[in-house]
Amino acid sequence: MAPDAESERWLRELQEDSPERPDAVAALHQLLLRAARFEVRRRSAVHPHLRGDDLDDLAMQAADDALLALLSKLDDYRGESRFTTWAYKFGLFEAAVKIRKRAWQGRELPVSDHTWASLSTGAGAPAEEAERSELLGAIATAVDTALSARQREVFVSLALNGVPIDVLAERSGSTRGALYKMLHDARRKLRQELVAQGFDELREDG
Amino acid sequence: MNSETSNTRNAAARLLGPAGPELSCDECFEELDRYVEIELTVGGDPDYAVPGMRAHLDGCPACREDYESLRAYVATAAG
Repeated sequence: MAPDAESERWLRELQEDSPERPDAVAALHQLLLRAARFEVRRRSAVHPHLRGDDLDDLAMQAADDALLALLSKLDDYRGESRFTTWAYKFGLFEAAVKIRKRAWQGRELPVSDHTWASLSTGAGAPAEEAERSELLGAIATAVDTALSARQREVFVSLALNGVPIDVLAERSGSTRGALYKMLHDARRKLRQELVAQGFDELREDG
Repeated sequence: MNSETSNTRNAAARLLGPAGPELSCDECFEELDRYVEIELTVGGDPDYAVPGMRAHLDGCPACREDYESLRAYVATAAG
């Protein structure tokens, strides 16, 4: 798909040999900074303890990192969206990752699986409670018996305890993609185990 | 489906993730801008254009947040 005229202008001016490149890079940084500030404002509403001038520093760092990431992937832009939309995601992504990490700064990652207890406690009717308890009990058992130690650790952190994947990636020296692949494989194993036990409604689609 | 059965299914879905094929996080990031533009401006069915995206957004909270942010930003500041 051919890029629209404005996207073509961005691409042309950002080329290494373009005389407009310095101005285009500066404009791109401003665009990324606006996106990063938007994301920081959104996330700080969810994390009210994140306040102060350092949030703007965080947005600036996100814009700086996003600019480097984007320029290194400029050849990957295929023109399937407006260049600005393609660029925004770099600014938003870098800001979101930084906010997640900042929100967990200084916090220990939960290692226990006590969340099972809160999941299995509801306010439903007895039949519903029994159904929930049976299913969660089967999942908990399958986590212990069907997963490898590393899969169990990743599953408990991400799916059970809700640790942000970027935080776990940073603490474990891994990447979002690698951790999600491990979580995905763990979930597939659990589904297969539960289907084998008779929870047919958990069979995978397709 | 009553709300109690729905609660049990929600708990299972949160733990077990999507039941169908899904994109990886890297594939999700690559396709996110196209997916959002189809949804907001181009028209058409983004889930037909990008199979596996919706399932991934259901299974990965971080990518879901990134999607919601891009969607909100394109719809407002960029619109």
